[in-house]
Amino acid sequence: MNLEAIRAIYKFEMARAWRTKMQTILAPVLTTSLYFIVFGAAIGRRVEEIDGVDYGAFIVPGLIMLSLLTQSISNASVGIYFPRFTGTIYEVLSAPVSAFEIVIAYVGAAATKALIVAGIILATANLFVSYSIDHPGWMLLFLLLTTITFSLFGFLIGLWADNFERLNIVPMLVVTPLVFLGGTFYSIDMLPGFWRAVSMFNPVLYLVSGFRWSFYGVADVSVAVSLGMTSLFLVLCLTAVWWIFKTGWRLKS
Amino acid sequence: MAPTISVSSLSKTYESGLVALADVSLEIQRGEIFALLGPNGAGKTTLISIICGLVVPTDGAVTVDGYDIVKDYRETRSRIGLVPQELTTDAFETVWATVSLSRGLFGKKSDPAHLEKVLRDLSLWDKRDTRIRELSGGMKRRVMIAKALSHEPQILFLDEPTAGVDVELRREMWALVRQLRAGGVTIILTTHYIEEAEEMADRVGVINGGRLVLVDDKVELMRRMGRKELTLQLHKPITEIPRELTETFDLSLSEDGTELTYSYDTQAERTGITQLLSGLREAGLRFRDLRTRQSSLEEIFVSLVRRPGDGS
Ligand SMILES: Nc1ncnc2c1ncn2[C@@H]1O[C@H](COP(=O)(O)OP(=O)(O)OP(=O)(O)O)[C@@H](O)[C@H]1O
Ligand SMILES: [Mg+2]
Repeated sequence: MNLEAIRAIYKFEMARAWRTKMQTILAPVLTTSLYFIVFGAAIGRRVEEIDGVDYGAFIVPGLIMLSLLTQSISNASVGIYFPRFTGTIYEVLSAPVSAFEIVIAYVGAAATKALIVAGIILATANLFVSYSIDHPGWMLLFLLLTTITFSLFGFLIGLWADNFERLNIVPMLVVTPLVFLGGTFYSIDMLPGFWRAVSMFNPVLYLVSGFRWSFYGVADVSVAVSLGMTSLFLVLCLTAVWWIFKTGWRLKS
Repeated sequence: MAPTISVSSLSKTYESGLVALADVSLEIQRGEIFALLGPNGAGKTTLISIICGLVVPTDGAVTVDGYDIVKDYRETRSRIGLVPQELTTDAFETVWATVSLSRGLFGKKSDPAHLEKVLRDLSLWDKRDTRIRELSGGMKRRVMIAKALSHEPQILFLDEPTAGVDVELRREMWALVRQLRAGGVTIILTTHYIEEAEEMADRVGVINGGRLVLVDDKVELMRRMGRKELTLQLHKPITEIPRELTETFDLSLSEDGTELTYSYDTQAERTGITQLLSGLREAGLRFRDLRTRQSSLEEIFVSLVRRPGDGS
């Protein structure tokens, strides 16, 4: 195990985030604050409690998931796409590091950054609404599983993309709709039967549901199912990354 | 002595169907400076990229210090430093950050003293906190070299290190290469400046169209392949070389008719100089001065890569 390499990549990636901290930290905080103002304060006043939770508080887990997902994906996809784009990836590929170590370093850094942002948003939310966390241990577990899974997913996008347009297309056309339709701002019980059934195919639903349960003990689907689906997606991403490195796809000719 | 790099029957066909390397076998000795020469598209970069793990070979094998580049990639890669042909740098990072990353990537514990020495050797120490994009092209090239040296490699690949580099930096770079070699580092370089290979290399390999056309000791090569020219300055200009001389000797006359040039093979049993001189006397030609010139590596190179049928 080349621990020095993992440490070096991780440090390098974290330093890059620190240098662009306005972009990596302030932007999501600002966006989330806007969500709270619009959805929580303006609309929330007209919405009744959902599952016995005040609407403003109800959307806190969903918003955190929303930014955790988008942050994980964008951090990891840019993290690996950028060196491919500039060509500096040559060094990583010629270094005595295994695919596993490369993934740990890049995904680890992407996940760390996303978690930091999630933490900041959680703290920011406190300024707008009051919320409780019933199961902090589970909350951390869901945070971790989700950020690792979606950082891996972002890593895949960063490997697959061969231009900046493609880099943005998956998050824009797939992830954003999935997040919005995954019960971030509502309970799927509020949907008509057909759409509720469709929602069941949305992986994000399971993340948000499980995560919300760790806050308020209420969920759209059972926690075990949430955990199972999240882990399944994690395994899928891991398998894809493993295959890519094994074949050298998009990395070596 | 066992070679440090051993390439056997290496072939590479890119997905496009292009054959970049065809059955290349080569051994690099420990501590030597090996120059790989060849025209654009010959396969030099492909060969280097395979050894460094950037390109997957279609066939054949490479070992470094006895380790297989695929199976024992950690062993082989940690010994190798690569300065690629393209200038690819982390534009937004500082020089210090990028060389620190390189050292770590190759599994070495951080060692600021070593990095400082490398940066000083490359006159980059003053620039350590400068973002790379603010550096000039030549400086960036040095950063690439610093990165490759940051992890104390035993083998250094320099893929056209002096392309677009001014005379002074080139001289500094060669001084550095000599210093590294003195420290036991094996150096493999490609270059289009043949005088560089001529000046620096111990051995030369010529690659053309994916095939290794020749590998030889540089001095030996120049002696073996070298044509020598003997130029005689005639006392009185002539308009035509006497027929009896052109029949036996490969002679040419300068435009103004004052210089007669004889080219001969240094390896030949007889150089024919004695006969030529007596032939001249018989023809009544007197000369007042003479000089000889040995062909350069460049001329040898051009004659090697010129495909039959290219004419001239
Ligand atoms: N990734 C690739 N896919 C397809 N063909 C490639 C690829 N890389 C190189 N080639 C082709 O392989 C051949 C050998 O290229 P290579 O870069 O090894 O040549 P070179 O000797 O380094 O040339 P130069 O002196 O121009 O750097 C060329 O015809 C090139 O077009
Ligand atoms: Mg090349």
